[in-house]
Amino acid sequence: MFIINCPYCGEREQSEFKAGGEAHIERPKQPTELSDDQWAEYLFMRKNIKGIQFERWVHVHGCRKWFNMVRDTTNDQIHAVYKMGEKPPIK
Amino acid sequence: MPKNLRINSSNFIDETTRVSFKFDGKTYYGFKGDTLASALIANGIHLVARSFKYHRPRGIMTAGSEEPNAIVQINGNTAYTEPNVRATEIEIYDGLEASSQNCWPNVNFDIGGINNILSPLLPAGFYYKTFMWPASFWEKYEYFIRKSAGLGKSPTKPDPDLYEHKYIHCDVLVIGGGISGIMAAKTSAENNYKTLLLDEKPHLGGTTIYQSSEFNKINNQYSSKWLEKEISKLKNIKNLEIKTRTSVAAYHGYNFLLARENLTDHLPLNKKKDKIRQRLLKIRAKKVIAATGSIERPLIFNNNDRPGIILSSAIKKYSDYYGVVCGKENILFTNNDSAYETAISLFNKGIKINAIIDIREKVNSEITNHAEKIGIKIYNSYTIVDTSGYRRIKEVSIMKLSKDGQSVTGSKVKIKCDCLGISGGWTPAVHLFTQSGGKLKFDNEDNVFIPSKYPSDQISIGSCNGEFDLNTIIKNFNQNIKNFLGIDKTSFEDLKINSTKEILKKNIWLLPSDKAIGKCKPFVDFQNDATAKDIKLALREGFRSIEHVKRYTTTGMGTDQGKLGNMHALGIISDTSGVKMSDLGTTTFRPPYTPLTFGTIVGRNVGEFFDIFRKTPMHDWHVDNNAEFENVGQWKRAWYYPKKGESMFDAVQRESKAARDGAGILDASTLGKIDIQGSDASEFLNRVYTNAWSKLAIGKCRYGLMLNEDGMVYDDGVTTRLDENHYIMTTTTGGAATVLGKLEDYLQTEWPELDVYLTSVTDHFATISVCGPNSKKIVKKVIPDLDLSDEEFPHMSFKNAKIDNIKCRVMRISFTGEQSYEINIQANFGKSVWEKCMDAGKEFNITPYGTETMHLLRAEKGFIIVGQDTDATLTPIDLQMDWIVSKKKYDFIGKRSLYRSDTIKEDRKQLVGIVTEDPREVLEEGAQIVADVSKKPVEMLGHITSSYFSPNLNKSIALGVVKGGKNMLGKKLFIPMKNKIINVQVADPVFLDKENKRLNA
Ligand SMILES: [Zn+2]
Repeated sequence: MFIINCPYCGEREQSEFKAGGEAHIERPKQPTELSDDQWAEYLFMRKNIKGIQFERWVHVHGCRKWFNMVRDTTNDQIHAVYKMGEKPPIK
Repeated sequence: MPKNLRINSSNFIDETTRVSFKFDGKTYYGFKGDTLASALIANGIHLVARSFKYHRPRGIMTAGSEEPNAIVQINGNTAYTEPNVRATEIEIYDGLEASSQNCWPNVNFDIGGINNILSPLLPAGFYYKTFMWPASFWEKYEYFIRKSAGLGKSPTKPDPDLYEHKYIHCDVLVIGGGISGIMAAKTSAENNYKTLLLDEKPHLGGTTIYQSSEFNKINNQYSSKWLEKEISKLKNIKNLEIKTRTSVAAYHGYNFLLARENLTDHLPLNKKKDKIRQRLLKIRAKKVIAATGSIERPLIFNNNDRPGIILSSAIKKYSDYYGVVCGKENILFTNNDSAYETAISLFNKGIKINAIIDIREKVNSEITNHAEKIGIKIYNSYTIVDTSGYRRIKEVSIMKLSKDGQSVTGSKVKIKCDCLGISGGWTPAVHLFTQSGGKLKFDNEDNVFIPSKYPSDQISIGSCNGEFDLNTIIKNFNQNIKNFLGIDKTSFEDLKINSTKEILKKNIWLLPSDKAIGKCKPFVDFQNDATAKDIKLALREGFRSIEHVKRYTTTGMGTDQGKLGNMHALGIISDTSGVKMSDLGTTTFRPPYTPLTFGTIVGRNVGEFFDIFRKTPMHDWHVDNNAEFENVGQWKRAWYYPKKGESMFDAVQRESKAARDGAGILDASTLGKIDIQGSDASEFLNRVYTNAWSKLAIGKCRYGLMLNEDGMVYDDGVTTRLDENHYIMTTTTGGAATVLGKLEDYLQTEWPELDVYLTSVTDHFATISVCGPNSKKIVKKVIPDLDLSDEEFPHMSFKNAKIDNIKCRVMRISFTGEQSYEINIQANFGKSVWEKCMDAGKEFNITPYGTETMHLLRAEKGFIIVGQDTDATLTPIDLQMDWIVSKKKYDFIGKRSLYRSDTIKEDRKQLVGIVTEDPREVLEEGAQIVADVSKKPVEMLGHITSSYFSPNLNKSIALGVVKGGKNMLGKKLFIPMKNKIINVQVADPVFLDKENKRLNA
């Protein structure tokens, strides 16, 4: 079980958090102007990376804030946490 | 008890306290401190089990948690029964009852033993190959397999014991209380680290604590004496907590570990009572020191599994620790020096050693020379080619090994014995290290996998790190622990160590015999009866990956996870396939390290504490009025209120009729309520619901449908505009938490620019719904000041009001199709207002109704229940609710998905009404709907989602989803059931009052 450093609360047990899938996928501003394929790309396609992955988490049993996290899926090391809207601190 | 099997008294056995126990129905005696295994051996009993597949007689093989054979069931048929208990771990207590597993009728005469004779027919993969074909026969095979195999019996009664969970945070966790662990714990605690030391055994000290040998001395004392003093010093150290009988089960990432603390298993029955039996420790450690030791390896040779064949180190422990002799005529068979320690120790106690058989050429180490000097017969470069003795080993046959160790030469020598100690070297216990994500490396010299890359702040020390002699252990300890703890010095740097060093190593994974391998039984996994032959067969049949070989042969898949034989399996694969050990890797060690009881895992979360349950403010009233309850999410909801002698059907029919004829009252407090405020609240609702919200006037209510981004219906409910920038949203009971979570997600991540605040207020309000033609009169009596006229307070509107000066919100909304009022009041007044409504309604026969009646009433009106009539594959269009989807709005969640090529298909499943030809016939929910039963396979068009007998229409009604159902109005379809086919017709889903006259009646 990880220890996650919530950007608002500090270090907490993983059991207080919930994962929310791949980060930095913005909801299209004008969905009606997208083709089926373009919409499907947003709706269904997600990466499942072996290695460094950018993902969304929410401190669901805490401050209930969403934030982003950079995690190495091979060893669960968390390389960064940062607030929504911020640029990833790691490439 | 045969006295001569107990030798010199031991520090660890209390010979003044005799303990009586039963094994296979017979009473025996042991002493306090004995394990079941040591007590049985003291009584001359070695045969304790039958093997899993061949039902071969098996004896106690080890003295620890790695035991593969001596697995027993304890406490018979009582609620306290437990299968798969290792006899080598359970400490005896007065009243303990244990019995053998895997044998019928008994361990000495076992019918399944016939499998041993049939064994040429039972090779690896036999079960897969034979019993899987033809598939229809599986049921028949299964009966026999289950009867003759299986590991013990599950308890049939609830577990009466108490368990609990405990969190522990520490700076340093030390796993293992052998010499390395004790030095580590002492050093850590003395350097101001809050330290926790755990050991699975009842006493600290590991194997060193009974090591009284000239060849292992510290500061000129026996290492046992030196360690004893060190242990006694631990008591005075602050910062140090010690837990024995505590076994680490799992080592997860970020130094999170689970351990089981055994508190009462060693106590007599009368002392166990009312005490916590086992405790699951959830440990978060900043640093972890693994001092988990190593496990002695067996040797793999023909017929190496007879009772009386015991690990050499276990024989030593039985004699040095428990004071019990395993045999009177002993032979040791080894590839390393440690068996010589056993031999010398037994010899010094006057126990006969018939021979040491060493596969190595003549060795010139201090300890081997000593063994020779005292007159022990040593056969160098010999191997055992066979053994004999059915219920106990009687004799071994040995032959000279060829130069390359692959075959045997010369003539056979037979030596008598009643106990054979075997030692194939040592396997570092790296299980926990690998569980934590650590990577191993292979050491070619010792043929061991040892830790190489640590995934967290941890270190392995002592023999689990591949350090086997005392000198190396202490030297490495001082160096490694200083680095690890960031300290300058330890108190163990000036120790004077005498220890022997092994100078000749030789390893043969599978020892040759004079017989062909096909005629031999060299067991690799004793618990699962897998032999070297099986592994070779698997390789011949094309299995390459170690994980596949494991599953095909079942090697390492027993409750012991192959702690003894896994390395040999790898070795044999490596030798046969030519792939280097380092390239093969090991199979994955999975938690728990030793089996855990379910009780430990669930702790206190049993019975009423299994899950949280939520009660409404009126719960006690429902209980007092005989309600049956149903679980909706975590809520207990009143389901129906049977009167004396009423069935559920009767009660629901009565309640449903009363609600439409007079008045009904429902506890709707469980509906999710979300308070929405902010200057962008209307815009927010526009984006999350399919319909438009900007023009909803203050004081009005509107029904809304919420979709997922994929266009599928997600939740529904009525939202009320309380003020310009203030709404109260209701959600389904089950969806409340996920809806709030989803809305928060959008607000925080997609639309942070919106000025909107969400607050869950589900628990703040009690909600009482009064419905029926008399509802207005009843509410008027309860809130006389409120103008309830249709002009002032029409359907779908809301008023603030007061009951006895307590503020409340009244909504005129309806889920039944009747005129109804929903009173929302501060939760703690819920029950008294409910009672007020009951009093006021008495003259109108107000009838409390539960969720079942609510479901029936809404089905008469064709209202959906999200999650019952929908299943995340239905769009609003599929539900024939096109009217609620705004055409004008530019965007809302899920809008774009409503015209994907798939969602616009005409033949999607669509919600329709279904009526039966026979109006008395009530369909089963979930029943399949078809158009043509003659054509096979029958095409399934859909299924029934809701079905009731409507007392108000006096006929059966149902809702269902049907492919292309929208265009099938009036069409005849069929419901094939087990014994009949029911004729039905597609109908309008609104069965009652299509014109909505009753809302204002
Ligand atoms: Zn937080």
